[in-house]
Amino acid sequence: MATINELNERIHAGSSEEIVAEYLERIDSSKLNAFITVAKENALARAKEIDSEGHEGSLAGIPVAIKDNISTKGILTTCASKILTGYVPPYDAHVIERLKEAGAVIIGKTNMDEFAMGTSTETSFYGPTRNPWDTDRVPGGSSGGSAAAVAGSEVPLALGSDTGGSVRCPASFCGVVGLKPTYGVISRYGLISYANSLEQIGPFATTVRDVATLFDVIAGYDARDSTSVDKEVNYSSALKNDVSGLKIGVPEEYFGEGTDENVEKTVWNAIHTLEDLGATRVEVKMPHTKYALSAYYIIAMSEASSNLARFDGMRYGLRTEDSDWHTTFSQVRAAGFGDEVKRRILLGTYALSAGYHDKYYLKALKVRTLIKQDFELAFKDADVLIAPTMPYPAFKLGEKIDDPLSLYLADVDTVPINLAGVPSISVPCGFSHELPIGMQVIGKHFDEATILRTAYTFEENTDFHTREPEGF
Amino acid sequence: MYDNPDGVMIGLEVHVQLNKLKTKVFCGCTTDYHNDPPNSHVCPVCLGLPGALPKINKKAVEAAIKVGLALNCKIEEHTQFYRKNYYYPDLPKGFQITQYDFPISSGGHIMIEGEDGEHRVGITRAHMEEDPGRLVHEGTIDKSKYTLIDYNRSGMALLEVVSDPDMRSPKEARRYLDKLRNILEYLDVFDGNLEGALRVDANISIMGGQRAEIKNISSHKGAERALLYEIVRQKNVLRRGGIVVLETRHFDEAREITMSMRSKEEAHDYRYFPEPDLVPLKISGWAPAIKETLPELPDARRLRFVEQYGITDDHAKALTSELKLAIFYENVAKKADPKTAAVWICDVLKGELNYRNLTIDSFKKEHMLSVIGLLASKKITEDGAVDIIRTLLDKGGSPDEIVAEKGLLKVEGDIVSTAAEEAIKENPQAVADFKAGKEKALNSLVGAVMKKTKGRADARAAREVLLGKLG
Repeated sequence: MATINELNERIHAGSSEEIVAEYLERIDSSKLNAFITVAKENALARAKEIDSEGHEGSLAGIPVAIKDNISTKGILTTCASKILTGYVPPYDAHVIERLKEAGAVIIGKTNMDEFAMGTSTETSFYGPTRNPWDTDRVPGGSSGGSAAAVAGSEVPLALGSDTGGSVRCPASFCGVVGLKPTYGVISRYGLISYANSLEQIGPFATTVRDVATLFDVIAGYDARDSTSVDKEVNYSSALKNDVSGLKIGVPEEYFGEGTDENVEKTVWNAIHTLEDLGATRVEVKMPHTKYALSAYYIIAMSEASSNLARFDGMRYGLRTEDSDWHTTFSQVRAAGFGDEVKRRILLGTYALSAGYHDKYYLKALKVRTLIKQDFELAFKDADVLIAPTMPYPAFKLGEKIDDPLSLYLADVDTVPINLAGVPSISVPCGFSHELPIGMQVIGKHFDEATILRTAYTFEENTDFHTREPEGF
Repeated sequence: MYDNPDGVMIGLEVHVQLNKLKTKVFCGCTTDYHNDPPNSHVCPVCLGLPGALPKINKKAVEAAIKVGLALNCKIEEHTQFYRKNYYYPDLPKGFQITQYDFPISSGGHIMIEGEDGEHRVGITRAHMEEDPGRLVHEGTIDKSKYTLIDYNRSGMALLEVVSDPDMRSPKEARRYLDKLRNILEYLDVFDGNLEGALRVDANISIMGGQRAEIKNISSHKGAERALLYEIVRQKNVLRRGGIVVLETRHFDEAREITMSMRSKEEAHDYRYFPEPDLVPLKISGWAPAIKETLPELPDARRLRFVEQYGITDDHAKALTSELKLAIFYENVAKKADPKTAAVWICDVLKGELNYRNLTIDSFKKEHMLSVIGLLASKKITEDGAVDIIRTLLDKGGSPDEIVAEKGLLKVEGDIVSTAAEEAIKENPQAVADFKAGKEKALNSLVGAVMKKTKGRADARAAREVLLGKLG
């Protein structure tokens, strides 16, 4: 695993092409199935260009992998769904424009749960991605391809998206760093929506510093996204090895029933490490946490049922045999969507329907307000909150995929953060039976600086992030 | 007092395209596409491509507020966009961004000329939404083998103006539409002559039945026809002891009838919910400044014309019913006698334009001024003036040229006098009849004078001269 700094030394000597070629080779020989599309020609051409012409950007010549729900001009973008077969966007997402400006080399598009609906990357039309720590296990999801690619040294940096934990969960399962920023900090323009009011694009890397560098490139105001916030910050400069006086809140609600004993122990150890480094612990109560999961799924599925209506085969993607439009729409959608996507469209449609709208959708919005209040109250006393990212380490492929409810329950610690719109970073904090465990450091709205500093300090004083899966 | 014997209640939903804006409502694509090839003014946003996000066009919101104020509505503090979910090939996202709770404006009214004088029609609400694309069928809709879609129209800003069910006859509905269009044109937010500029859904019920919603009406005349048909249909159903059911009907413009739509297409649950990609807009602060920019509206202008130019209320109403006509009139009235100008523009020019299906754009104000000038200096007769106006519309040229070409200059008094003497000499019977008390006999003598002067004599003057000579 190489960091940006390590790669930069070689790139400055003029060998981005060599680096890109090395990563392409690793992707080529990989058993992880982390990529749906490898943009080999484009990537090599771009690296060559940077080698010959030079580039001043902070990511000049560095390969970056992109989750396949982020629009890339000229590169197939499928959302891991059959329904987007052959869809090549005519435009770049805002984050892709930013990456290109910074000199990054787009190396390919990573596997994911279909339309980001899942916690294991098993719902992909292109088959599951495997966890480099144990290839019989899932990498987490939905950005499993991005996390596995970084953990498996197939790419140094990657982008994912986090609607209810889809960056943090795979970061935790794969032992890498993943950040879900405050809602509105990164433009969603070009991110194919699953649940618009909840999701953010987020960076993956092997270190907090690299995450911050990537975050600096992609964050910032974009007029095309009405929910984008006009706030320019330099996050890398916030990285100080210092948590003295930091007040950490530990919500006991996040250590509830179903939390693995080793996970609980490991996260507490990490908290004690930070206390040893000068942080103090404060009491926080987050009483509405238990309602978060239901509210999250109702809101996410409701929005999804509408967002996914556009996939009708009329303009792009899968097209079945032509009939009258009513029939063609139905056939395209029946053939193009996988089971989990259909389940969520059906449930979301139901939740928004006349007679149920108030009972489900409106009630979920009310719960969302209460969850937000929980965070506001907690942050009166605490600077950051620390909790497990996932209640357990990576599970086995196939273990939960036929039991949707138990898969949904895996998101219990991540979804409240999306409901509240606050930032959270997952960092490796230990291992259980050779599987990585992640803790999440949750911050106030727009206070990425403090959670990045906390995570950085932890990283500087521990060595969990330096361990690599065997054989990768 | 109009007693509305059938208990007709009509409410209209009018979709107005804010086609005077430069760009579409949620993207930067131009609204000037009417002469361009299909699908040539589209982008990821108005095509609803995956990942594209809408961005509100502030000018569209301002235009909508302007209309709301002109319709005497209350402007919401915050306005919010919603998704209306349904599938249709012209709808690229599978939902339409529209408004539901918190529309831009609500609770207004306009005055129309009703069955029994001034009549108030309430405006329930006026809200913004996006226009879908346009479906193009080869041949007719039921025979076409395929449908083409043009997304140039997709994302045009629409304003849906919903009225209260206050209209009591198809005629009132048409007057309402005329008035609404009139106001919109005064506000400079709308060009009614462009394709798809104004589309109407009409709700109509009569006493003893439920209402029908009639869709696919695209003209004022169409609205009146559809409603007339619908009243007859509903009355026939009731007369036969049937029940008028709540349903959606489709207006077939060619056959001028309404047809029930299949229930599959009408059983909609639109599953409205707030559009997460657009934040609520706080617009209460915008209204006062926009109010300042409101132009003089038709009713106010009408009152001013009566007061300022001393013309009749009927003339003022006719002149202000079209913005361009009102401007034309004022330009003429500034330089000529306002009353004469009103008479000639309303009673002659407007009729001649309508007869030829032309607008006031086809007539120059300078020409109107010279016609009025020629009349005022008594150089031409009224018949001559009408002739000039017709010739200008049919063949062009200038009034002076036409006068010269056609010899329309009014003839001198002694020629009339000579012609009168000749007429008396040549028509002894008529003279005798007149002297015997048959007043009508004078008419044939006047006719004879006119004939002799080839119509260049003024008929009234000829009569005077004849009376003098017979006297």
